[in-house]
Amino acid sequence: MSLDSVSEIDTTTPRTLRDRYAIVGVGETPYVRGAGRTTRSLATLAIGNAMRDAGLEAGDIDGMLSYSMNDSTPAPFIAGDLGIRLNFYMDCYGGGSSTEALIGMATGVIAAGMCKTVAVFRAMNGFSQVRIGGTGARSAIPTVGDDLHSRAYGWQSAGQMFAPTFLRHMYEFGTTPEQVAMVKVIHSEHASRNPKALYPKPVTVDEVLNSRMICKPLHLLDCCVETDNATCVIVTSADRAKDCRNPPALIRSVVGRVCKPRIDMHYQRGPITTVAGHYGKDILWPNAGLGPEDVDVTGSYDAFTFTTMLQLEDYGFCRKGEGGQYVSDGTMRLGGRRPNNTSGGHLCEGYTHGMNMVIENVRQIRGEVDDDCPIGPDGKRQHTYDYGHNGRCRQVKDVNVTANLGWAHPGTGSAMIMARA
Amino acid sequence: MLQGDHMGMTLTVLDLDTENLGYFGHCAKHAFHLQQCAKCDLLHYPPTTTCPFCGNPEQTWTPVEGRGTVYSYAEVHHAIQPGFKGHTPYMVLLVELDTQKGKPTEHDALRVVGNFVTPDGEMAPPEMVKTIGIGSRMRMVFRDVSEGLSLPMWTLDEAADQPATPWRYAQE
Repeated sequence: MSLDSVSEIDTTTPRTLRDRYAIVGVGETPYVRGAGRTTRSLATLAIGNAMRDAGLEAGDIDGMLSYSMNDSTPAPFIAGDLGIRLNFYMDCYGGGSSTEALIGMATGVIAAGMCKTVAVFRAMNGFSQVRIGGTGARSAIPTVGDDLHSRAYGWQSAGQMFAPTFLRHMYEFGTTPEQVAMVKVIHSEHASRNPKALYPKPVTVDEVLNSRMICKPLHLLDCCVETDNATCVIVTSADRAKDCRNPPALIRSVVGRVCKPRIDMHYQRGPITTVAGHYGKDILWPNAGLGPEDVDVTGSYDAFTFTTMLQLEDYGFCRKGEGGQYVSDGTMRLGGRRPNNTSGGHLCEGYTHGMNMVIENVRQIRGEVDDDCPIGPDGKRQHTYDYGHNGRCRQVKDVNVTANLGWAHPGTGSAMIMARA
Repeated sequence: MLQGDHMGMTLTVLDLDTENLGYFGHCAKHAFHLQQCAKCDLLHYPPTTTCPFCGNPEQTWTPVEGRGTVYSYAEVHHAIQPGFKGHTPYMVLLVELDTQKGKPTEHDALRVVGNFVTPDGEMAPPEMVKTIGIGSRMRMVFRDVSEGLSLPMWTLDEAADQPATPWRYAQE
């Protein structure tokens, strides 16, 4: 797929890429605490699963992108293990906004003719080796530079760093602890229909509010679950996607790693309740040619309950300050107008640094979410679409458009719109 | 190089980190200074290499009054660093200075980080933590870490009018 002229591309509006690229394969390793494997081993397994899902072999893949926080294995080693020779690869340092950003990067390098099919992966022993929360292998680093104005004050973990944003939101908009807790309740209901979920047990608002306080306003159950796993999505052109085993999830629009001013200390500028999605939405929606009202399923980066509400507000799914209402009125529940994190997300399925919500939405678009519905004579699940209390289904009916909202912290975000072909 | 042990952590200001050397050099004298842009006159925090508002690298250290209002906070009940575990719950405050409030735009301000401490710089005890929140008026004090290294902290401004009920998270 070649563009007629590079000069046609406006870097802030790459509409020329709309629907020309697709995710054709998704794969993961089990969401566990204590994988007993290296990140190198986890990555090869996840990519292998995604290759089988796409019906691709080693010779079909020639690009690889990964991100980590110095806790993974670089792409060339993984490629070598899988018998893949790369024409383009990049390992970057980055948080949860990397998922959509690297998928966007994959479309760009394919468009530039640098490679043809890209595996994007994230491998982490996020529970048993390096914990994002700051304990374990990362805890002994010296405190220098910017950390002298944060870590020195006992202000270092994501929950601690985001807390002023959350509390200010409650102060300005009257968001209640019960509304925040409801995010976990809803995601836990979704996870209860997900055989792969690390925490499949439904919880109540009271259970969230009575769980141990970690950092106000976050209780233990407001926090995601550190997990050992690897995840992979495979990106190629819409033309090549026709030869793959499963229907493609077309990439309609990507906004990659937008940041607020003063990323070093984003609460220096603007209302701190505004997150990077506020800027990202002005790229995301025009490039997709649609708006929030057209989206059937969302995937939020629920590192914490609260991050979900902030993203939904700033990307325009509801008005600023009304995230609590959006959650409590049932919009994002299975059976609601726009279900969110139908796998249970980071709060319940497992923490993958952003990847599993993309994987879930690809499966939603295919109509092939793995839940507890019966298997039909054709070997496929016969989804009941029963979202009631005793229902076992988490497949949303007729999914045409999904949105994934990536997040690294309040100052950094990325997002992606996918669509059924 | 400035170095010192604080709450079980080694804090280091590297010789090549001229911005932080300047900042902490003033803090060591218990004086709060911020960089002021030679071109647009705006102050900024924390120390950076150029003015974040206009990109000009020329900056001068300017004394700034350490008084302001709690804009938001984190109240940590589960400490990550071992040295903080004996001090929970502790507060990390974002204090909006009176100086340059609402500039360059209405939502901008100098919001300076610090723990909530007693007037002599010790971490505030749990019963004291419950007395402040968003809206509380604070004044800066310094906690000496080692020779030449002190950290700015926040204590209640006894001389200021305090809100009747500072905003706190609903669950105590």
